[in-house]
Amino acid sequence: MASPPLPWLNPAVLVGGLAPLVLMLIQGAQGELGPNVIEAVLNQTGLLALVFLLASLACTPLKLVFGWTWPIRIRKLVGLMAFGYAVLHFLTYAVADQGLKLRPILEDITKRKFIAVGFIALVLLVPLALTSTNAAVRRMGFPAWKRLHRLAYVAAVLGVIHFVWRVKKDVTEPAIYGAVLALLFAIRAVEALRKRRRTREAPRPA
Amino acid sequence: MSDKKAPEPPSSEITPEKLYLRRREFIKNAGLFVGTAGVVGGGLYLLGLKRTQPMDSFVPDAGVLPSLAPAQGSSPYDTDEAKTPFADVTTYNNFYEFGLDKNDPARNAHVLKTRPWTVTIDGEVNKPQTVDIDQLLKWFPTEERVYRMRCVEAWSMVIPWNGFPLGELIKRVEPTSRAKYVAFTTLMDPEQMPGQKRPVLDWPYVEGLRIDEAVHPLTLLAVGLYGKTLPNQNGAPLRLVVPWKYGFKGIKSIVKITLTEQEPPTTWNLASPHEYGFYANVNPAVDHPRWSQATERRVGEYSRRPTLPFNGYAEQVASLYTGMDLRENY
Repeated sequence: MASPPLPWLNPAVLVGGLAPLVLMLIQGAQGELGPNVIEAVLNQTGLLALVFLLASLACTPLKLVFGWTWPIRIRKLVGLMAFGYAVLHFLTYAVADQGLKLRPILEDITKRKFIAVGFIALVLLVPLALTSTNAAVRRMGFPAWKRLHRLAYVAAVLGVIHFVWRVKKDVTEPAIYGAVLALLFAIRAVEALRKRRRTREAPRPA
Repeated sequence: MSDKKAPEPPSSEITPEKLYLRRREFIKNAGLFVGTAGVVGGGLYLLGLKRTQPMDSFVPDAGVLPSLAPAQGSSPYDTDEAKTPFADVTTYNNFYEFGLDKNDPARNAHVLKTRPWTVTIDGEVNKPQTVDIDQLLKWFPTEERVYRMRCVEAWSMVIPWNGFPLGELIKRVEPTSRAKYVAFTTLMDPEQMPGQKRPVLDWPYVEGLRIDEAVHPLTLLAVGLYGKTLPNQNGAPLRLVVPWKYGFKGIKSIVKITLTEQEPPTTWNLASPHEYGFYANVNPAVDHPRWSQATERRVGEYSRRPTLPFNGYAEQVASLYTGMDLRENY
């Protein structure tokens, strides 16, 4: 029986991607997450969500630039990991930080744009996670599915804005993620332009 | 040369080619799996390292820090709330001169030299002077004050400071009648304070108080905590502690105190005026634009507690602000 190509890739990304979570749990259990554990977990899960979201958006550009096809094989998993860490990030905020007190949470989401954009980014990821199965692609039809999954771009932009607004002063770190995202968008834009030119130049049927 | 052939193993002992190839493939795949998982996990670990690194090894050795003269009695202003552990007070700091993460100061502040150290007191005073820190310590006996500290970021601590009232020092230099404010300046030396190499804030850090706030008996110039000389990350050798205001008013590593007629500029107010006012009184009713100030997390605890007006010192200081709109003067 022919084994699927790169059978190790998805399991390896899953294990590597969960490693920081496992490490965090171990550190937390040993009291090594510093004096403000909730803040440490919030920062870490938020960062991981953003990193995975950008990684999922990097798959197509990697193929365009280097011709690699393996990133496409892990895109779904990477996207789901982004969603998983985003959910953990929100749960850490809602349950651990705010003690599930609805009023302050709603006030934060409605009154503070910094929290609002983060929350909207999470909400946008929900339909993407729900339609991540092959069956959903078939059911929706690929063009519609693809259109829906462009919401990931919006979520990533909001995620970077959330990060920029969170820091008190120095925006270097969020700016790095913003620059990566801009680069990924630029590659897609160049490709889209090229494609349009190609179709325009193609001889039309008489 | 022998012509003898090696004995042929029975065919039952030969691994079938198909299996042999699969085993090789399996080992290759296992290697790639481990390698990839390691690279992914390691990369993510490095990205988040600064935030989750254990800080045990950065807690100052309390046995090495010089002890201060034992405090005389307890202060009427002391809180009897549980003190935040020494390890937390000394590894969870905002001191941008040594880095932006909470654990950066504990890691980086050892490059600061706190002896010799002089403090200049000038401006609207009759006796301007520059005084050595050890001389200053001889002038004023230190006392212990167990104060709540509330950061503008909505976390708080309870810290046993050692220090003396700022009012004593101000009295000694004889303010003129024009002295309405007190301005403070931190050391400016990017070699000793590497964070100053980057223009994150407008260095050096400056802060200020109105003179009645400055001479209030609660206002402390701290030189130690937990009975020990102030660790560098906490603002050695001399820092301001104003317990009813957000922590950023408590300027660290002071080199200059100037009495002025005009309200002095203050660093965080310059950086982001709509978020950090000159007064910065702890006020649960006035939110920070990005988060509520109604509650806070005491460092080491999990649930939040309500924030008290003036951080619980309203009885002592609320009268300083009668007639002022604290939403305007946040």
